[in-house]
Amino acid sequence: MQITTVVNGKSFTKDVEPRTLLVHYVRDVLGLTGTNVGCDTSSCGACTILLNGESVKSCTVLAVQADGMELTTIEGMASDSALHPIQKAFHENHGLQCGYCTPGMIMATASFLKENPMPTEAEVREGLEGNLCRCTGYHNIVKSVLAAAEAMEGAVK
Amino acid sequence: MTVVETGSSERVIGKHLLRREDPALLTGEAKYVDDIWEQGALYMALLRSPLAHAKIVSVDVSEAKKMPGVIDVMSGRDLQGEWAAPMPCAWPVTQDMKNPPHYPLATDIVHYVGDAVAVVLASNKVSAVDALAAIDVNYEALPAVVDLEDAASDRILVHPSLGTNKSFVWKVEPDNDKVHEAFASAAHVVKNRYVQQRLIPSALEPRGVIAIPHPYGGEYTLFSSTQIPHILKIMLSMTVGISEAKLRVIAPAVGGAFGSKLNVYAEEVLALTLARKLGQPIRWTEERSENSLATIHGRGQLQDIELAADEQGKITAVRVNIIADMGGYLQLLTPGVPLLGGFLYHGLYDVPAYSFSCTGVFTNKTPTDAYRGAGRPEATYAIERSMDALAKKVGVDPAEIRRRNFIAPEKFPYSSAPGLIFDSGNYLPTLEMALEKVGYEELRKEQERRRSGNSRKHLGVGISSYVEMCGLAPSKVLGSLRYSAGGWESATVRILPTSKVQVVTGTSPHGQGHETSWSMIVADRLGISPDDIEVLHSDTAIAPYGLDTYGSRSLAVGGSAIYLATERVLDKAKLIAAHRLEVSVEDLQYKDGSFSVAGSPGKAFALSSVAFEAFTAHDLPEGIEPNLEATVSWDPPNFTFPFGTHVAVVEVDEETGATELLRYVSVDDVGNQINPMIVEGQIEGGIAQGVAQALYEEAIYDEFGNLLDTTFLEYLLPSAAEFPSFELASTVTPSPTNPLGVKGVGEAGCIASPPAVINAVVDALSVFGIDHIDMPASPQKVWTAIMSSQGSGRKVE
Amino acid sequence: MFPASFDYAKARSVADAVSILSSVEDAKLLAGGHSLLPLMKLRLASPSMLVDIGSLAELSYIEDKGDYVAIGSMTRHHDISWSRVLKSEIPLLPYVASQVGDPQVRHRGTIGGSISHGDGASDLPAAVLALDAKFVIVGPKGERIVPATEFFVGFLETVLSPDELLTEIRVPKFSGGWSFQKFNRRAQDWAIVGVAAVNDGGTRVSLVNMGPTPMRARAVEEALADGASIEAASLKASEGMDPPADLNASSQYRRHLAEVLVKRALTEAV
Ligand SMILES: Cc1cc2nc3c(=O)[nH]c(=O)nc-3n(C[C@H](O)[C@H](O)[C@H](O)COP(=O)(O)OP(=O)(O)OC[C@H]3O[C@@H](n4cnc5c(N)ncnc54)[C@H](O)[C@@H]3O)c2cc1C
Ligand code: FES
Ligand code: FES
Repeated sequence: MQITTVVNGKSFTKDVEPRTLLVHYVRDVLGLTGTNVGCDTSSCGACTILLNGESVKSCTVLAVQADGMELTTIEGMASDSALHPIQKAFHENHGLQCGYCTPGMIMATASFLKENPMPTEAEVREGLEGNLCRCTGYHNIVKSVLAAAEAMEGAVK
Repeated sequence: MTVVETGSSERVIGKHLLRREDPALLTGEAKYVDDIWEQGALYMALLRSPLAHAKIVSVDVSEAKKMPGVIDVMSGRDLQGEWAAPMPCAWPVTQDMKNPPHYPLATDIVHYVGDAVAVVLASNKVSAVDALAAIDVNYEALPAVVDLEDAASDRILVHPSLGTNKSFVWKVEPDNDKVHEAFASAAHVVKNRYVQQRLIPSALEPRGVIAIPHPYGGEYTLFSSTQIPHILKIMLSMTVGISEAKLRVIAPAVGGAFGSKLNVYAEEVLALTLARKLGQPIRWTEERSENSLATIHGRGQLQDIELAADEQGKITAVRVNIIADMGGYLQLLTPGVPLLGGFLYHGLYDVPAYSFSCTGVFTNKTPTDAYRGAGRPEATYAIERSMDALAKKVGVDPAEIRRRNFIAPEKFPYSSAPGLIFDSGNYLPTLEMALEKVGYEELRKEQERRRSGNSRKHLGVGISSYVEMCGLAPSKVLGSLRYSAGGWESATVRILPTSKVQVVTGTSPHGQGHETSWSMIVADRLGISPDDIEVLHSDTAIAPYGLDTYGSRSLAVGGSAIYLATERVLDKAKLIAAHRLEVSVEDLQYKDGSFSVAGSPGKAFALSSVAFEAFTAHDLPEGIEPNLEATVSWDPPNFTFPFGTHVAVVEVDEETGATELLRYVSVDDVGNQINPMIVEGQIEGGIAQGVAQALYEEAIYDEFGNLLDTTFLEYLLPSAAEFPSFELASTVTPSPTNPLGVKGVGEAGCIASPPAVINAVVDALSVFGIDHIDMPASPQKVWTAIMSSQGSGRKVE
Repeated sequence: MFPASFDYAKARSVADAVSILSSVEDAKLLAGGHSLLPLMKLRLASPSMLVDIGSLAELSYIEDKGDYVAIGSMTRHHDISWSRVLKSEIPLLPYVASQVGDPQVRHRGTIGGSISHGDGASDLPAAVLALDAKFVIVGPKGERIVPATEFFVGFLETVLSPDELLTEIRVPKFSGGWSFQKFNRRAQDWAIVGVAAVNDGGTRVSLVNMGPTPMRARAVEEALADGASIEAASLKASEGMDPPADLNASSQYRRHLAEVLVKRALTEAV
């Protein structure tokens, strides 16, 4: 089936099998390998991307379901070689170790902060309930998200 | 050595330097194995046994071979002639250890659910997986051995040819008479059985391999999601039969490991073997449910521990007997894991008499091996749970029983009863600091208030003091423990012609930030910017020597090697500078990238000039070779012994049995800290993994040997919503073992935290007369314990 | 992990969907896909065709209809949890929606998909059961309306026939107390046991994961109607239930949890 998507601002028209998952479309068809796969059961959130601006687990969406939609992946976050404020906050607060959960965490954060721009610590923890990290114990991830909220306040989101 | 020599007027060591690794990881630019594109690679998929123990009657691959996209399908028997040697176990802990031959694909008998029986190669991932369903395997089920005591009884044999399920019995018994005497004359004896449940390491990146043959040149390149590219290269060359000189192993970005990628796996051997056989690149990426079955598990022990103590609760002897679950086969270090804890069941307490015995048994389950902490979390849990039991028996506060038993600071270096030399330590301050930070007295009052107010939410406070041995390790000691490799680490430091510095390390990071920390060590010594230092690693063609990253060894051993190599380069630079300035070497001083002469302010020679001189070699002193480069292989004289005290505060809901972790305080001493930000990150991650062991995680097998929680739906990796923020502090007692005074921090968090949490849960439940809850303390388990305690009534104390 | 092969059609309308369903053997509707795709990835379901209704705008709405609120079946959990109308008229529902899975799941999963899936462990089916909602169902023979109390038949089984489509959920407004108690070990998980309670004169209580379908706790409701105390009524929480057993909970523990959670829910709602 032919589908057209706008990915990180660029339009792509590609042929895919109906059973192609969005994460495989992004990784294997478009070659955007920043989005990771960490589980079989929609549990880990490593595959999180934005679909029309909202976080989704791209392992649990068919590529054909995204036909005509806008996707943002981790590759679309930094611009002109400057890190996005969320990326910067993760960097400055040591919010990542091995980095495997990180793209998903950042995309989940982007969507979460749009819905709740000035969250409390407890809200951040709930807001990231769908993303697993094995390295950091979440301590610095939570700090990073709070710092990103602080930094982005007033910014156009 | 306490003060680390520096060439920098502003210290780099000790700074919160942000990680250079981050930008690539934050933007998706970093490449994990599955991100690497290899033209023409065939996709490998493995068919795994659904039975824990069964005879393979037949494997019919004919239908699968006809499936679209399929290139070939092979059973274990089809590939029988391909292996040069069985898969390795590098730690034969005893002379008579039993180790059944273990090949990448089972041929006659499968020994655990997940044991691979056939392999598919296809032109794409989808076809490879689709074809698995078309392979027809005929099994004849055999009874499975699941329970550890049942295994030890030899009622059913996992490997009948061995005649027993016991792989080995390994003991540390320096003086059994002394132990007997201590128990005979003890005022208090506490005796308990603890269970170390099996855990699934669950690095978030599943494993992956790409094996690339270069048929005309005869070389092979293997990308693997591994933490041991160097060891893997040696082992693969032996098992597959490829000259070590023709094999290059690369660990690209690796998404966490925690010991689970410290191995030589069937898929690595298979991919390389099939790449050789077909002359085509072969790739494989593990799925999560495969990872749960086919990647090693951790822990899995039954621990019987007894303490003898005098009237005051001063411990006089520790006696330990454990049964350790090996699983269906011995993987790379399987039998050695319990040994790493075998010397530490007396914790950080001054105990004169000690005896330890471990029986390793085969079961029809996934093989176990090193998982973060490997042996030491097990030991710490047993002694720290026992300390609480002893406190109760003696009638003192858990904090007090620890105070009475700590090894006194003046006793260091301390010779322990089981035969280790603890390098340095000062334990009491970590306890007092942690108690003060958590507000111990106030918490005890609050606990009492709740109890007297008949609250149904009980507060519990749990203390865990720990010491661990890491920085693996003096090669001689490893040799005496029959480990098949050394414990040194290699480093090369090069000052390039333009004065940029290249560091090559044999460590292989996968989240620990080595590039950042290693650059800081060199920057500090040379007085230059860390940005001018490049750190290369994890590719055997670039870093040919190395013993990789595990056992919290990288900084203590690898970092020290880098420091020493830097010193050596600097010494050489000094000779050249002295020659050019026409002064003697003794008159030179070095600071911030420049040599100067004491007392002659005008006389200076920059390191950058030395570098260029060394490169052009136009005017070098007699006998000095061109270039500024030094390689050091450093073998540490001892292990290092980090320590600390953690305190957990929990609330247990009496009605549901649910435990909430309210606060977590840790005070750790890991010696000098190169980058405190990274140190804290390691501790936080470790705490979370330990809390997860205490409250959430367990590989659950049924009586037939089926693993019931193979996905993250059932295997409960906790999320951010299940934790509070942690409250960290540290003390610094430098290690005399290495020139950096560092101790290692990779495992400390998960060593200390399980007993802290369980001690807290049990403390909360003590109103019901409950004195133990096995891990994980699930709501149902807690509720069941409450129900069966004292007819569900509260115990009046 | 990926599903076995299937055909795919994007429905242009409800009628289009019904006509495809009636003509293709073993075709299945695809809403948000957050129950169906996980099953297909694990190859626990392999329909021959998916008929995608997830993006049908005509099925995504929340409308105030006077004494009830009409919710289009393809309205996502996220939209329900943020809906102002629902927050003021039926606050239980947005709260329950906000407790489903995690934010990513709520951005895809739909109320109609959740109800049609009919999972006794799901939150929204139990909520609409306690709310005495009615479901509008469209099939080749036209439209029918089924009360929630008659909709759930057995384990993953409802009154929907394979060629029918749930189009609208009609939820009566209520003014009074309510509560939703969800007990799980991790925030992202399904409830081990959950309880929804609504009190608007009478009290209605339903249970999550206490049987093959969402269940009304009739014994509790009757006891309360007969004037029993909350304490006494909640002891009847598992009467007539046959709760499942799994790795997190035995049936006995589930029965106990139901009592505790019903008590908490009633204390909050009544
Ligand atoms: C990680 C994860 C966590 C979750 N946690 C929870 C949780 O905590 N609580 C909870 O309640 N749920 C949970 N869910 C399930 C989630 O709420 C699903 O979205 C929901 O159950 C199904 O809705 P859907 O729109 O995705 O339906 P789909 O998956 O698209 O469809 C489900 C079934 O209903 C049928 N169907 C769909 N729409 C219609 C219709 N209009 N008419 C007739 N039949 C139809 C489909 O054919 C399919 O059989 C979770 C899911 C995931 C992946
Ligand atoms: S890979 Fe999508 S949630 Fe884990
Ligand atoms: S940083 Fe490794 S999984 Fe999160």
